[in-house]
Amino acid sequence: MKAYSIIVLAKQVPDTRNVGKDAMKADGTVNRAALPAIFNPEDLNALEQALRIKDRYPGTTVKILTMGPVRAAEVIREGLYRGADGGILLTDRAFAGSDTLATSYALSQAIKKMGKTDLIIAGRQAIDGDTAQVGPQVAEKLNMLQITYVEEVAELKNDTIILKRRLDRGVETVKCKLPLVMTVNGTAPECRVRNAKLLMQYKRARTITELQRENEDYTHLYNERSDLNIAEWTVNDIETDSSQLGLTGSPTKVKTIVNVVLQAKDSKVISDSDADIENMMIELIDSHVIG
Amino acid sequence: MNNVFVYCEIEDGQVAEVSLELLTKGRTLANELACSLEAIAVGHNLEGVAAQVIPYGVDTLYLADDKRLYPYQTLPHTSVVVKLFREKEPQIALLGATSIGRDLGPRVSSALNSGLTADCTSLEIGTHFDRRANKNYESLLYQIRPAFGGNIIATIINPDHRPQMATVREGVMKKSILDPKYKGKVVQLNVADYVDDSDFVVEIIERHIEKSRLNIKGAPIIVAGGYGVGSKENFNLLFELAEVLGGEVGASRAAIDAGYVDSARQIGQTGITVRPKLYIACGISGQIQHRAGMEQSAQIIAINTDPEAPINSIADYVITGSITDIIPKMIKYYKKNTK
Repeated sequence: MKAYSIIVLAKQVPDTRNVGKDAMKADGTVNRAALPAIFNPEDLNALEQALRIKDRYPGTTVKILTMGPVRAAEVIREGLYRGADGGILLTDRAFAGSDTLATSYALSQAIKKMGKTDLIIAGRQAIDGDTAQVGPQVAEKLNMLQITYVEEVAELKNDTIILKRRLDRGVETVKCKLPLVMTVNGTAPECRVRNAKLLMQYKRARTITELQRENEDYTHLYNERSDLNIAEWTVNDIETDSSQLGLTGSPTKVKTIVNVVLQAKDSKVISDSDADIENMMIELIDSHVIG
Repeated sequence: MNNVFVYCEIEDGQVAEVSLELLTKGRTLANELACSLEAIAVGHNLEGVAAQVIPYGVDTLYLADDKRLYPYQTLPHTSVVVKLFREKEPQIALLGATSIGRDLGPRVSSALNSGLTADCTSLEIGTHFDRRANKNYESLLYQIRPAFGGNIIATIINPDHRPQMATVREGVMKKSILDPKYKGKVVQLNVADYVDDSDFVVEIIERHIEKSRLNIKGAPIIVAGGYGVGSKENFNLLFELAEVLGGEVGASRAAIDAGYVDSARQIGQTGITVRPKLYIACGISGQIQHRAGMEQSAQIIAINTDPEAPINSIADYVITGSITDIIPKMIKYYKKNTK
């Protein structure tokens, strides 16, 4: 039976889904720093697809690749707790200000360095931007086929894969050959929870910068247990053309950002009493909005 | 040269609504820029496409017609569009933010090393002064979209790369025919020049596209629920109210993430944009991402347990209370007063 080499692209994102009152500033705008940093939800769906292939084909390796600040190493630990074999944190100021294209370029150069890969799996999109661009752009940069919006791997045999896709208005089943970049939809199965044994095993996994920051002497532990070392790559660890990196390598520029402040409108505030509801319904009927 | 291009999506010979909306917007942009509006359709049996798109003011329609080009596949469609864009060098290229547009757009932008902005809610022409380079840019495309979960509105520009690419969701732009007798030119592309046999590596085994989709966009009344509805069961109340009033049920992204209803009902920046006569928002807090898809509703009723819910600020009627209490009363008094 064939074993596969899989890379999961994951991103640490601010949890923009439920912006609570504590994350709102007095002027009605969002305090981004107050939002918790999480594993991008659809990247977890992607990880699950990778782990399912690993379950079925022993010997398969699943590595997580993430780009971001040092604290983004947390998504690699989360992956290890769920069954991933390792990961690489791509972190450097040279990547700061990257739009989706510059991000995709940096990721694709890291992927080239990671060696032969059968499958690259990413979430469809990240909740902080909702662009759904990085998966297809990484595929293009690597000159690989992409299959987007995957919900299920229906069959995998040698180098042939059958995938079920969820489209805006329907479904599609496609058959193609590896290697391949696939993006996974949020409608795909949820990721398994952390495994208690793996959590114990990897809770001290750290990147080099994290170790330096923690200022604790675990040196002996890391010398004995190489699996606790999370690889940290800077721009010097991959081959890059600096004109394609960061802000310089980003064709799109943010011209202006306007914080959304709620504008009040003349509203009728009514109670939930029978009389108030009945009056409202009568007003709506009389003005032909309903009825 | 340097015109405005729209990629037209085709399903069973029919041009997608979103493409017609983009042609309408594209015509306006082309007028402002004093350039032509061009369109590209890739597929099979495209004879009827010209009659559908030219009235929107299309000056040149390019057709790539081959039976292998339908249904849509990533690589061959990318090849056609990339090659055509390299020849024609459009300054602006617009695509629908659909399953197809969001698969094709990033691939094309990567191949051309150009910028792409997803899910724009507004497109305008404007200037830009780059202080660092001390350089002035005339006539850039302002790609305006909510970001960061809808808590900010960003204006994105692509000063130095062409085409300036953007995707837009269906229903965000309004479609309108410019002139039923508009004179546009049709150019048949020689497909063999644009695709390679090696592009056809995907076999579509099965494909099922729903024809009659939920008609939320066209519904005069929408009863929409958010996370605050609390459960799938409570959503039944919304369906009941919608049926009594002759409307449809919509939902916020939070309600869909919670699994209360199917994602086809999602209203908001990453869902459907609606403009009904009456929008009844039940248990929806009202993040801007949701509001972007419904704030043009003629009348809005907001029902929330939280008197401070942001949606209240754009509502005509604000009711503080529980939907399990209020919706049955609305049904009761509607029936009583319409008999």
